[in-house]
Order: sequence, then C-alpha cells, then structure tokens
Amino acid sequence: MSVAHTETHDHHDHRPSGVMRWLTTTNHKDIGTMYLIFSLMMFFVGGVMALAIRAELFQPGLQLVNPELFNSLTTMHALIMIFGAIMPGFVGFANWQIPMMIGAPDMALPRMNNWSFWILPFAFTLLLGSLFTAGGGPASGWTLYAPLSIQGGAGVDMTILAIHMMGISSVLGAINIIVTIMNMRAPGMHMMKLPLFVWTWLITAFLLIAAMPVLAGAVTMLLTDRHFGTAFFDPAGGGDPVLFQHIFWFFGHPEVYILILPAFGIVSQIIPTFSRKPLFGYDSMVFATAGIAFLSFIVWAHHMFTVGMPLAGELFFMYATMLIAVPTGVKVFNWVATMWRGSISFETPMLFAIAVVFLFTIGGLSGLMLAIVPADFQYHDTYFVVAHFHYVLFSGSIMAMMAATYYWLPKWTGRMYSEKLGKTHFWLTTIFFNITFFPQHFLGLAGMPRRIPDYSVQFSEFNLISSLGAFGLGLSQLIMVYVIIQCVRGRAEKATDQVWEGAEGLEWTVASPPPYHTFSTPPTVR
Amino acid sequence: MSSNGDYYLPDPSPWPLVASVGLFTLAGGFVMLVNDVNVAPWVMLIGGLIIAFMMFGWFGVVVKESEAGQYNAHVDISFRMGMLWFIFSEVMFFGGFFGALFYLRNLAIPWLAETDILWMGFDGGWPTAGPMGAELLPADTVAGPGQFSTIGAWGIPVWNTIILLSSSVTVTFAHWALKKNQRTALFVWMVITVILGFLFLYLQAIEYIHAYTELGLTLGTGVYGATFFMLTGFHGFHVTIGAIILAVIAIRCLMGHFKPDHHFGFEAAAWYWHFVDTVWVGLFIFVYVV
Repeated sequence: MSVAHTETHDHHDHRPSGVMRWLTTTNHKDIGTMYLIFSLMMFFVGGVMALAIRAELFQPGLQLVNPELFNSLTTMHALIMIFGAIMPGFVGFANWQIPMMIGAPDMALPRMNNWSFWILPFAFTLLLGSLFTAGGGPASGWTLYAPLSIQGGAGVDMTILAIHMMGISSVLGAINIIVTIMNMRAPGMHMMKLPLFVWTWLITAFLLIAAMPVLAGAVTMLLTDRHFGTAFFDPAGGGDPVLFQHIFWFFGHPEVYILILPAFGIVSQIIPTFSRKPLFGYDSMVFATAGIAFLSFIVWAHHMFTVGMPLAGELFFMYATMLIAVPTGVKVFNWVATMWRGSISFETPMLFAIAVVFLFTIGGLSGLMLAIVPADFQYHDTYFVVAHFHYVLFSGSIMAMMAATYYWLPKWTGRMYSEKLGKTHFWLTTIFFNITFFPQHFLGLAGMPRRIPDYSVQFSEFNLISSLGAFGLGLSQLIMVYVIIQCVRGRAEKATDQVWEGAEGLEWTVASPPPYHTFSTPPTVR
Repeated sequence: MSSNGDYYLPDPSPWPLVASVGLFTLAGGFVMLVNDVNVAPWVMLIGGLIIAFMMFGWFGVVVKESEAGQYNAHVDISFRMGMLWFIFSEVMFFGGFFGALFYLRNLAIPWLAETDILWMGFDGGWPTAGPMGAELLPADTVAGPGQFSTIGAWGIPVWNTIILLSSSVTVTFAHWALKKNQRTALFVWMVITVILGFLFLYLQAIEYIHAYTELGLTLGTGVYGATFFMLTGFHGFHVTIGAIILAVIAIRCLMGHFKPDHHFGFEAAAWYWHFVDTVWVGLFIFVYVV
C-alpha cells in the first residue's frame, strides 16, 4: 500500500498533568495504555490464582487451600483472565492501533472511550472484593451454572453486578470500535484494504454487542431467582436449570471467538511482515472471519452435550461445530502459505506468531475431538477440556498479545526492546506452557475430573510435571515486564520509524513514538 | 473541544469517571440491598444522585457543544451509528428474555410433563406456575389462596398497545413539524407523546396492582409470573427512560434547541421510542395474546 500524507506536529494538546491526565483523558493512546496496564495487572492476579491451584494439585490430597477456596480460585481465575486480562488487553491494542491503522486522529467517541475503560477498575474491585465476604467468592465455576450459583452468599451478588459493569464497558467499547472503523477511515481506505487486525476487531465488536447483553440477561435471571422469588431455573415452579446453560452458552460461544479473533488479526499482521510477503488470501481471510462469527451463534450447545438433549439437537450442534474447522482451516492454510517461500526472519514477534499458529492448531484439533458427541461423553468435564481451552486461550490469545507487544512496543515507545531477552522470554514461555498443559491431555483422557482439589494417586506424575511447568511459566513472564519497563523508560536503543524492514501499513509511516493525535489531517491511501 | 480540521477531538472530561463512581456506588448499594444491609437504600440513593449529576453535567456539555455548531456532518454520522448499535444491544438483551420464554414454554414445560417421575400428574400446558406452584384459573378471575389468574389481552393490554402505537405516530408528527420548522406544532406533538408515554405507565401500574392484589399473579408465580413480570417490567423500565428522554427533548424544543436540518438528539430519542414500541408489540403478541 502506498501512502502519502502530510504530517503536522501542530496539535494543541492542552491536557492536565499528573494523575488527572489519566483520569480525564480522551486520547486513544492514553486509554489504550491504561487498558494494557490493567490487562497486565489482571494477568498476574489471575496467574497467582492459577499458581495457587497448581500448588494444591502438586500432589494428591488436600494441602494448601480448603475445597471452598479452591472452587473460588478456579472461578475467579477464569473470570479474571477472560474479562480482566484478555478482553481489556485486546481492547488496549485496538485503541492504540485502529486509529493509526485506518488513518484517524483518534476514536470516534473519545469521551465514551474513557468511560469504557474506567468502569473496569471499579468492576474488578467489586469482583475481587467478593473474596472477602462472609460466604467467600463465587465458587460455581465461571459459567455460574444454576442451581449452584443460586446458593452462595453476597459474593455471588457482587460477581453478578461486576459482570453487569463489565458488560456495559464491553458494549460501549465495541460500539466505539465499530463506529470508528465504519466512519473514521482515511480517504481511500476502502473496507477491503483494511489491515486484518482492523477487520477481525470489527467482527469481534459485532460479536460483543450481540453476546454481552444476553449474558446480562442470564445473570439478571440468576439474581431474581436468588432474591426476588422467580423460578427461571427451579423445576418446582416450571423452570429448568438447563435453561441457564442455554442462555449462558448463547453468550459463551461467541465469547470464545471474541477472545480469539483479534489474536488471528495480530498473527495476520505479523507473519507477512517477517515473511516479507503480502498476506496470502486476504479476501478469504476476511470471509473466513465472518464465517466463524456467523457459526459462533449456532453451536453453543456443544458445551452441554451431556446435559440431556434430544438426539436431533446433539447431531445439529455436532455438525455445526465441525463446520467451524473449515474457515479456521482456511486461516491456518493462509498463514502457512504466507510463509511459504518467504524471506523469513525470526525476531521475537515472529517466533510468537508461529507458535500461536502451531499451538492454536493443536487446541483446534482437540476441539474437533470434543465436538464429536459420543467422544465428548468421555471427555466432558475432564482435564482434556482444560488442556484444550488453554491451548486456544493461552497459546492462542495470550501469546498473540505477547507477539503484538513485541511487534508494536518499539513503535509506541520509540525504543527497540532487547532481542535477546525477548527470545529468552519466548522460549521459556513456549517450553513451560507445553510442560504445563500437554500432560493435562493425558490426565483428561485417563479420566481426571476438572475443578476438584484432590485426585486419585494414578494421576500424580502428570500433575507434578504440570505444576512444575506452571511455576516456570509464571516466573518467565517477569522477563516481559522487565522488557516493557525498559522500553517505556527509554533505557533501550532507539527504534526507527519503520521499525521492521518488511512492515507495511499506515502506523509505520509516522514517527516512533507517534504524535499524540496521530493524523491531524487525513492521510491519502492509494 | 479542540477542532483539528474535520475531526472531533473533545477536551479531557471528568464525567466518565464520575459515571463510573456512580455506577459502582449504585451496584454496591444494590448488593447490600439484596443482602439486607441497613444502609443499602442510602448508598443506592447516593449512587443514583451521582449518576443524575453526571447526566446533567455530561449531557449538558454535549448539548452546549451541539448548539454551538461544533458537530459537523461527520460527527453526526458517528453519533447515529453509535445510537443504532446501542439499540441493537438492547434488542439482544430483550432477545435473551424472549428466548427464555420460548424455551420454557415450548420445550422445558412439555418435557417436565412428559417425564412422569418427579412430579406425577403434572400435565404441563401454558400458562403454568409449575408442578408445585399455584393452580391456574381462567383469565381475569379473582384468585383465592393457592390459585392464580392471568391478565386477559383484550382489556388494559390492548388499550396500552393502541396508546403506545399512537405515541410512535405522534412523535413522527413532531419530527415532521421540526423539519418544517413549525415550532408550536412540534412542541404540542411532543407533549402529546410524553403524555401518552406516562399514560401507558399509569395503566401498566394499575394492571400490576390488579395482578398482585386480586389475580394472585406475582413475580413468584412460577415461570409464568417470572417471564411475565420480567419481560413487561424491563419493558416498562425502558418506557420510563424513554418518556423521561422525550420530556427532556420537549423542554429543549421549548428552549429553541434543534434546527430543521440538525437535530440528532431528537432523532435518537425518537428511535429509542420506536424501539420500545416494537418490543411492546412482541410482548403483546407472545405474552398476552398467544
């Protein structure tokens, strides 16, 4: 893409200084930074909970935490990682990148952008606060299935209200992203010229607006069943606990694509850059993303095959689920075809991106196994499921965010990170990730149930390996924090404006770091 | 607001943070309320006041900027898209409750009646308060203990349908008057719309009192009571918000706001009102008639 633009550094940014700058900002870069810092903090809070879980599972028997707290930890770990680490992380990247990639000075609705972020610290105060109430935190798993979630104390109510607040934040953020992409593109930036990261976020934002209100409805019904005498999930009043599962997963399945589509976008930006080739099959990439989004609304019941559904339902949801492998396969094929005969170099972002393609595919294939109804009866609620979704969420979403961090950090801070530390971080993360989660496949196939603090002795070895890996994985992440701090504080060598030799797109045509409002006058895209 | 050519770049604003603090206070107060903490109503009141204060402040800034002509056609499109997607999110919220109604009525209840294990003799059917719930009487019958009756569609509900559909027409007349710059007609049609909105709410309140005091129909009357009151209740809540918005818009009309070719605030309120109206039509058909 050839670009011509006039860059003016005349921007009258009369912004308050100190903490007021961050509290009142309407700037997409400031807000993006806050989202990313928040995401990193939540990543460590959720990570510490994961380590507590793995410490308890280090050997059979009950050692460190009581079963109630264990249940709370698994619930909170998931809620924090999904709603606190991954979603805000991707919104942070969207805030920083989308205006720069489409040639806009900022997001379309800047004040609302600030509100979307500042709801989150309050929502997570409420959620984390639930751990300190009399009944403890929510202990029903992050899926909050009735009737388990009808029990429990004030902590469950705090969780429900926190989810409402996160939902408001997500919907407002998604509206902003859609409007920005539809209405703020520079002249000449046609839809089919949009960078893939922008396309995947456009579709993700649509999923968010469609799915989050349904979750709000589901938890509202929980709340009224708990306190206002309704019988949505109580068979004595004609209700049905399975109803909750249906509504929850009607939200929940689009949600898992909300968690992965931006990662696909990131990988689709990075692989062409370091292969020094344009993305293979751009159009098919866009249509595959839209296809995955469409399918996400008609496959939800594959999460509940064992609950007792009519055979026709099981068959429909099985076949619909397997269809997802087609557009996903198109994507994986395109990434590999982009690398084919490319002039590849293996900087840290590229290493992470290739690992995402490889490890996400493993998670995708175990997903295909889980989609088969008779097989799922064996795998359901075992560690096989835990292994599956950590392969798509950690080595898919989280590692894609790490790739994006190394890819765009030099642009944002104007400083090039230490390639040596970046590669060390990559190898330690990848190796420890596999040590942690690969054995869980075997545990699940052998029948170890998930969400239980104790286990039978024949599972000891694999659990020991998994726990050791988890602590290695957790500690390795401190390297990334060090790298980020060094760049932000300017303690690394200067980065060029182009940063990466093969990088294409509007964000690489501006200075590193870019001006506060990137494009004061719209660039022309030809 | 600093203006960089064609773009809209508002200055830093304290209002989003105030909104978050208000929301947090309100949510915290609500948790206290359902867990019987004494101070809960006061905490909720403070949260509500903070949110009201925020709305005056934030919307005040937006109105001032709009009347000062700082929003060009480009910004106007952003606002329009934002409002439409917000309404779509509301559609999905109601969709969740309609989905629950369809699932319970067409799948869960028949299955519960079919499997004669837990509750032998439960014959399903709709409306129902479930196998352990109250016994169903014909519509609009005064119920004794252990009985409930439903609200017939052809009493207050059909009048409310007429009222709400008429109000959608009157708000459109107001819009036409605004476009022709007939300010008196604009204000009169707006006042009629607001009156119809509050009339709907008044009749809905009468209906609720009737249900609770005479028909034995409450939020706790099994799944029928739950779906009936949650759907109509959330709708009524949205009508309340919509009527307040329309009232504010009517006052702004009186203050001389809006121009024949530039009145997004008016249109957003009208769109919201049409949405509320459409949801009611769905409710009337699936909750009252069928």
